[in-house]
Amino acid sequence: MRLRDLSAIEVAERVRRQEISAEDYISSIIERIREVDGKINAFISVTAEAALEKAREIDGRIRRGERVGVLAGVAVAIKDNICTLGIRTTCASRILENFIPPYDATVVERLKREDAIIIGKTNMDEFAMGSTTETSYFGPTRNPWDLSKVPGGSSGGSAAALTVDEATLALGSDTGGSIRCPASYCSVIGLKPTYGLVSRYGLIAYANSLEQIGPLAKSTLDCALLLSVIGGYDPRDSTSLRVSAEGYASGLTDDVRGLKIGLIKEFFGEGVEESVKRHVWRAIHTLEDLGAIYDECSLPSLEYALAAYYIIAMSEASSNLARFDGIRYGFRVEHDDADWSRIYAKNRSMGFGAEVKRRIMLGTFALSAGYYEQYYLKALKIRTIIRREFEAALKRFDVLIGPTMPLPPFNIGEKIQDPLTLYMCDILTVPANLTGYPAISIPCGFEGNLPIGLQAISGPLQESTLLRISLALERNTDIIERRPAI
Amino acid sequence: MKRARISREQVEHIANLAHIELTEGEKDLFTEQFNRILEFFEKIDSANTENVPPTYHVFDIVNVFRRDEVGAPLPKESVLMNAPRREGNFFKSPKII
Repeated sequence: MRLRDLSAIEVAERVRRQEISAEDYISSIIERIREVDGKINAFISVTAEAALEKAREIDGRIRRGERVGVLAGVAVAIKDNICTLGIRTTCASRILENFIPPYDATVVERLKREDAIIIGKTNMDEFAMGSTTETSYFGPTRNPWDLSKVPGGSSGGSAAALTVDEATLALGSDTGGSIRCPASYCSVIGLKPTYGLVSRYGLIAYANSLEQIGPLAKSTLDCALLLSVIGGYDPRDSTSLRVSAEGYASGLTDDVRGLKIGLIKEFFGEGVEESVKRHVWRAIHTLEDLGAIYDECSLPSLEYALAAYYIIAMSEASSNLARFDGIRYGFRVEHDDADWSRIYAKNRSMGFGAEVKRRIMLGTFALSAGYYEQYYLKALKIRTIIRREFEAALKRFDVLIGPTMPLPPFNIGEKIQDPLTLYMCDILTVPANLTGYPAISIPCGFEGNLPIGLQAISGPLQESTLLRISLALERNTDIIERRPAI
Repeated sequence: MKRARISREQVEHIANLAHIELTEGEKDLFTEQFNRILEFFEKIDSANTENVPPTYHVFDIVNVFRRDEVGAPLPKESVLMNAPRREGNFFKSPKII
């Protein structure tokens, strides 16, 4: 087995036992990035030198018999909207092209505490606004299963990097599906945690009432371990829940006997491709064979979810992105003899791409006098209704299941010219963000060579149920272990 | 003819509020796209939200306090290192008034 194929748990264990050196393993990851990233474009920045140095330091500590963390030596790719001390953090935007954070996000601090190694910062849709990783200022990421297809988004770089073993673990962020969509399209596991389980301190905000940082991984146990490391209370995030995130990996079983699965009728309706439904159904039957039971349920207000989501997300974006003025940091135009207001507008016009401008402007509109109640307030009320429907459904069932994406990966360039068509792709992922409930995307099949993902949603803080389903599918099918030839 | 949900003039007005300068081409394109997106948003009009409270935040965390204690601030150099223009220990801003 090649070093870059090892799971995070295997890497940390073998490094600790000195069966392999962190340096050799990190070298194999860097070599892989050099070999394939020209084709994939998963990374905006690769921190090869610092990673090697850190690997040698960890090897040294182990030789001296010192204690090391649970992720000792493991290469982690970090989405480029998560602040990393001294490492450029761009949000895939021109406006932050040269921004170097003076501090670490809490999740990065926690990774470092466990001796994980940052291998680089991954490509994404600009400010996480997109579902394809095409709106990046640094060019699109390509889907490793078919280079003409999108990898999903907005955490497309994180998912693609895992798929081709350019990293062993990855962090993404999920505002309306941005972890689960690329996990589905690249055939890796991606989990959006319960709102408040993972600190958002150091995550560059897009829509803060909806988004969470979460793990992407090539195996369920790795995903569980990463969640344990990054999760748990953080006083620096006032929306952080006072809970511990320990034990997701150590306490995990694959026993789904008696598990009550609700199949969301609306997730198998019009607009969802037959091929997608077929693969999700096969996984449901696998779970049934393993002792789970299922029944259908209906959440009728889901028809309003997508519109409500976009109104809320855009409104929050218009407020959050007002801070980018090009004065304290970020892109600034050369001639600055004009007044503040003109310079501010010029910096933003040249610094932001089209989709970011669209969302800021539509959000400004939805919050403006005369429209606030019609759009923003109405959307927040619909959010309440959808939450209540999910709450009721999750009294009957342990978990709700459907597809992650309504269609398999599509061509780069196919939908990007028409924003509304692209928004429609998020129809199955946004409900988990509106409700704050955790949701996972698990690889469940291939249509030709294109990956299909199953989505499972549970009640708040029931991540272990989602991981249990993932582990059951991982151990009883051969889907998750497949890798593209590249 | 379909009712326009947002006019070109309104798009210009919002751009002004949001401090974004648009080219003439962007104004045309955004007016057309915004009308289609807003038409889609009207879907929510048919939802019955009478007596339903809004959800601003999904979990009821209110009044999160911390002790009013001075922590360690970032060093001045770290704060200023990303400034496109600076003068000594200050950010250099364009003329405001």
